[in-house]
Amino acid sequence: MADYVIEMLGISKYFPGIKANDNITLQLKRGEIHALLGENGAGKSTLMSILFGLYQPDEGVIKKDGKVVKINNPNDANDLRIGMVHQHFKLVECYSVLDNIILGVEPNVAGILQKQEARSKIMELSEKYGLQIDPDAIVENITVGMQQRVEILKMLYRDNDVLIFDEPTAVLTPQEITELMSIMKKLATEGKSILFISHKLAEIMTVADRCSVLRKGKYIGTVDIKDTTAEGLSTMMVGRKVNLKLEKKEATPGEVILDVNNLTVASNSSKKDAVKNVSFNVKRGEIVCIAGIEGNGQAELIQAITGLSKQKKGKLTLCDKDISHESIRYRSEHGMSHIPEDRHKHGLVLDYNLAQNIVLQRYREPEFSKFGFIKFDAVKKYAEKLIQKFDVRCGQGAETIVRSMSGGNQQKAIIAREIDKNPELLITVQPTRGLDVGAIEYIHKAILEQRDSGKAILLVSLELDEVMNLSDRILVMYEGELVGEFKSSEVDTETLGLYMTGAKRDNITKEATK
Amino acid sequence: MKKGIAIISSIVCILVGLLFGLILLCIIDPADSISLGFSPLILSGLSTAFDPNWIAAGTNLMKLGQEIANAMPIIMTGLSVAFAFKMGLFNIGAAGQYTLGAFGALYCALVLKCPWYVCLLAATLLGAIWGMLPGLLKAYLNINEVISCIMLNWIGLYGVNTIMCSNDKMFNSSQAKAYQVGVVNKSALIPDSIFGWNISETFNYAATNTGIIFAVVIAIIILIVLNKTTFGYELKACGYNKDAAKYAGINDKRNIILAMVISGALAGFGAGLFYLSGTVQWNPLDSTALPAAGFDGITVALLGLVNPIGCIFSGLFISHISVGGTMMQQSIFPSEISQLITGLIVYLCAFSPIMQEKLTKLFEAHKKIKHDVNKEEK
Repeated sequence: MADYVIEMLGISKYFPGIKANDNITLQLKRGEIHALLGENGAGKSTLMSILFGLYQPDEGVIKKDGKVVKINNPNDANDLRIGMVHQHFKLVECYSVLDNIILGVEPNVAGILQKQEARSKIMELSEKYGLQIDPDAIVENITVGMQQRVEILKMLYRDNDVLIFDEPTAVLTPQEITELMSIMKKLATEGKSILFISHKLAEIMTVADRCSVLRKGKYIGTVDIKDTTAEGLSTMMVGRKVNLKLEKKEATPGEVILDVNNLTVASNSSKKDAVKNVSFNVKRGEIVCIAGIEGNGQAELIQAITGLSKQKKGKLTLCDKDISHESIRYRSEHGMSHIPEDRHKHGLVLDYNLAQNIVLQRYREPEFSKFGFIKFDAVKKYAEKLIQKFDVRCGQGAETIVRSMSGGNQQKAIIAREIDKNPELLITVQPTRGLDVGAIEYIHKAILEQRDSGKAILLVSLELDEVMNLSDRILVMYEGELVGEFKSSEVDTETLGLYMTGAKRDNITKEATK
Repeated sequence: MKKGIAIISSIVCILVGLLFGLILLCIIDPADSISLGFSPLILSGLSTAFDPNWIAAGTNLMKLGQEIANAMPIIMTGLSVAFAFKMGLFNIGAAGQYTLGAFGALYCALVLKCPWYVCLLAATLLGAIWGMLPGLLKAYLNINEVISCIMLNWIGLYGVNTIMCSNDKMFNSSQAKAYQVGVVNKSALIPDSIFGWNISETFNYAATNTGIIFAVVIAIIILIVLNKTTFGYELKACGYNKDAAKYAGINDKRNIILAMVISGALAGFGAGLFYLSGTVQWNPLDSTALPAAGFDGITVALLGLVNPIGCIFSGLFISHISVGGTMMQQSIFPSEISQLITGLIVYLCAFSPIMQEKLTKLFEAHKKIKHDVNKEEK
């Protein structure tokens, strides 16, 4: 009798130039929750893609219930009862919950759909595992938490008994995370085996039975959660001791740098206003964070402040100058720096080299150009200085094509550029998204240094850990409005979660923020 | 390294295209395929250059001259397409801008009797205006430039033909063609000589003139603008990543319009060079055909790796092959085979990124083996 439901033995996978997986062994016991921990680029996704049939391993074997199997594509995986909840849900937005669950395995008699049969099976599963859903709701109208439950039901409907969760908590609120954790535990006690991919140590500590750690494509080891600590796991993951808690002095706010007054902005995606009558300010020497669940107007708010889109109404003041109708370039030249949310879309020209990206806003300054000709020597020298100062790792120095650099170093390059502009106001949106622990540590320190040197900092983050760690003042945004304001030292994540989901709200007036 | 691989992949495209041509010639007539078909096709003007009979007659460089004269306009339209490409725009309207350019040149030459530089300027200006229209539509109304360019091509062609036919100073009804510039207004012809060197006489071909020098100089200017100036920096940033350019405060609307204006001006200039060379005549009754030079520009730009200097060489090459096509034994081999080959080469060019990737891998593997061997020797 096999103890392990899934065994991946000695798996190696090569991509041109790199070994994504190097002799990795992963053994999943029946009925356990097994966490797979590793930094970005450690090879977690590759390993799971191999198990799910998206890639073929170059070396090694996969065993299911002790028998060697070959998984050529996701259909094979499904036949072996392996299911996966992807980080970005694979749902048809305009279909109902029921239609989404049966999609691909529709029960039918001679080609006629038998929805009633499907419905009763789904409701049965839903009850058994405590997965509350409304089978007739349209997917685009339901919450992210419910969408995730639909994804889980999809796996259960297909009688999968190995469930892979790929970073499932990234999009959830604290309350939803707690709920997911209890669902996962329930699934495990009912005999399902769960692989839980994450880099959030706290979640692994709460829910997992065992944890396998990968680092740079190599297998580091498997530990029992009850025998380890979060610090121990992070040391395994990074290979050195990491300071999880940021050392931070009390903020000493000075004069107002950015003042936002009754700002209303149209939505990018719908006809409604994404930002409704929002007022707040950011002072010198403090980090103000806009917290909230993705899609509550943060993106539109930042676009309006930085000039990427026009506001419907309202006034923006930067260092006592009215910038409401000024261009992006004017704002950038008058003390505003912006570390954008999507570094590939907005932050970098990936096919330009590092030096060209470093002067993305400044190529016109006399320092870098003369009579319309770019002074490439000066640009290169400046880029080399920043590479040194900010420890940007790149193969060919200033001439490295940015596309070939790692995500962490791309982000460092943007941060170097934006900080070295010596701004009055630094706007930073999700500055550590998708980065590993080492890079996050570095970037948080850099932002904090900016605060201490008297800059005003506006941070938008979806990661509550980051919000709590970094900010001095927290503004919670819900459906385009500011619904709560807190000092970060006087609030806990549970309370923030209540505000973020709209369960609680305060009346924030202009006067209150002053 | 990267550039080297790109050039190699372009050459591979050409070789495969030629191989295909050879196979085709063999199918048509295996016995004469090399001597009367393939050899004149690929040697083209070079076959006569060293032929003693032609040397004796003093016309040995004539075919090379023809190649150069035909290359002038397509180098310019190639630059036009390549320039727009750098901004991320597909200027399929080079044909229309070229048509307008031809009209501007001919109107100034035949009706207003202007000297050549005024004619050339008029050609450039009209091309620029015709390029600006899709630019404006794209920048302010977000209308896809490909669609507006195609429509403007036909609007331009029919407009030009209608005006030309109704103007008896331009349209020679007895020949059913526009008047010859060389006959009506000699001052409108582009000069043959530069620094005492008469290019036309050297090649013994009237249409070969200083125009080719203009084309080369402009290619170099475009290269400098793209690679050394802030304008080129902005333009390429917009082309590579529009959102990042906007984030950086670059005015993308202005750059879209400017890029199309310059692109159109280049195509118009090319038409000016061609129609002011003396021998060619516009045929306004042939109203169903847009000038081929406009579309050849796409070929030239792609084969030239969207590089201004590359456009010079690819323009010369395509002209070389098409002259070669006319030099094959016409009773056996149709000259259109040369067009078939260029068509195939362009088609292969579309796959060149895949080929470049494979080549890079090949080189890397080779380097690695060499590296490992070196290591072991140590």
